[in-house]
Amino acid sequence: MAVFVYAENINGVYKKAAFEAVSYAKAVADQAGETVTAISVNPTDSSDLLYKYGASNVINIKDEGLKSFSAKAYAQAVSEVANGNIIVFPHTTDASSIAPMLAIMNGHSLITNTLAAPESLSPFQVKRKAFSGKGFMHAKSEAPGVILTVSQNAFGVKENVVSGSEEVKNLSVANEDTKVISHEQSSGKLDLKEAEIVVSAGRGLKGPENWGMVEELANVLGAATACSKPVSDIGWRPHTEHVGQTGKAISPNLYIAIGISGAIQHLAGVNSSKTIVVINSDAEAPFFKSADYGVVGDAFQIIPALTEKIKAIRG
Amino acid sequence: MKILVCISSVPDTTSKINFTADKSAFDKNGIQWVINPLDEFALTKAIKLQESQGATVTVINVGDAVTEPVIRKALAIGANDAVRVNLDPKDSYSTAKEIAAVAQNGGYDLILCGKESIDYNGGSVPGMVAQLLNQPFVNASVGLDVNGSEATAVREIEGGKETISVKLPAVIAGQKGLVDEKDLIIPNMRGIMSARTKPLQVVEPTSSDVKVQGVSYDSVPPRAAVKLVSPDNLDELVRLLHEEAKVI
Repeated sequence: MAVFVYAENINGVYKKAAFEAVSYAKAVADQAGETVTAISVNPTDSSDLLYKYGASNVINIKDEGLKSFSAKAYAQAVSEVANGNIIVFPHTTDASSIAPMLAIMNGHSLITNTLAAPESLSPFQVKRKAFSGKGFMHAKSEAPGVILTVSQNAFGVKENVVSGSEEVKNLSVANEDTKVISHEQSSGKLDLKEAEIVVSAGRGLKGPENWGMVEELANVLGAATACSKPVSDIGWRPHTEHVGQTGKAISPNLYIAIGISGAIQHLAGVNSSKTIVVINSDAEAPFFKSADYGVVGDAFQIIPALTEKIKAIRG
Repeated sequence: MKILVCISSVPDTTSKINFTADKSAFDKNGIQWVINPLDEFALTKAIKLQESQGATVTVINVGDAVTEPVIRKALAIGANDAVRVNLDPKDSYSTAKEIAAVAQNGGYDLILCGKESIDYNGGSVPGMVAQLLNQPFVNASVGLDVNGSEATAVREIEGGKETISVKLPAVIAGQKGLVDEKDLIIPNMRGIMSARTKPLQVVEPTSSDVKVQGVSYDSVPPRAAVKLVSPDNLDELVRLLHEEAKVI
């Protein structure tokens, strides 16, 4: 038996989340004494990229009908090739749309947002994120099959080179109920949930015209930019950048919060970041209690100076 | 047009999350309950469609009697009527099955939900409902228009967005952006008074099947005390990030 994993690609190119899901699936398979079979829909990238993280088999689904995304049609396609009792997905928008439909199709149980390799395989038990990052749940399933979605940046991408083989499956799944009319991908912009470093700012920045320095720091660090809820509510930044309980939950290696006081709802979305730096002029800002490093001072002086110093060491 | 909006009753967003002494459950003591904020976006969208297209809006909640104040709030916001499935929900699957059972006979053109609840964060109920009803599903919607038997939904994808036409009936899961934060409806006195007399039907669950159990819970461990760096010594911050935390 194999452990299956959905290797998500975007326009044929594997996402970092796919490599993380394969790394996770390999850990599960090692625990179970099984191998990993990765499934991908219309990839153009080489399967070597998946062997590198532990997938011994790669099934490439070729289907013109799946050129555009439909949760239901993709679930149908995955269901036709994944006949194992463990199927791993990344916790991305697409994958977490497919997984619940697949769970119903297969009669599997579904555990989302897992953070670590399973604690036990029989019965199946795993730690997952809950309460918007304010707590953890140890979830147990006794169903014969289980589908998992792996919280992004939680398990990490782990190299584990195996020799693999590739198989092409030609399918033609009915995809009649939904039709993609347009698809906009902002080019060159780092995805917030995949980013290893995130630079975020709040109302302390006083206005949208001051975001240039945030973007510059992010640029130097190769980071994505984010913002607090009030900032997206006022319209200084798009709501897609809002991190927090009702926005996006992120877990980068480094989170730099500038001029954000650290309301409990904001912390919920970011406190699984590995390292947190808080820069705020208010020494009493609650965020300092949840930070690893802090600077009390004027962001308008600190950020440009910090940007120059990082530029110098990255030079 | 008939719309069904699924709402979940969740701890207020400012709640500190505590677990019982034996860590086997969420500690509900002192918790204020609210409509799941992501469901509120969906509910507001439904009310907008009610105003613009004369849709009727039914809210459904799977929960015990404790959730009724939250259901009444949804009625005060403008839903026409409500159904409560009398079951303290244990997992996404059992919740989805009860919603699908009610929806099955209701002839709804559109089922709207938040993409996840802010308590257990399963994010699974909407997709499961769609599959149980064999309907199309669009997740993470940040825009929605309905035109006869078709809807146009905008969904957020990593680093962009996608516009999709969907044949109704369908299940759409929304998030922030489906309506603007400023358009969220705060019930007025008239709404609150009329909510008291709107129909709230209580139905018994169809089964008690559960697939996933929460066996124990942990709080997030506290971080070590913050290391403060002087704004005049940013070299030290860079050194700490580079050498100690090894993140740059």
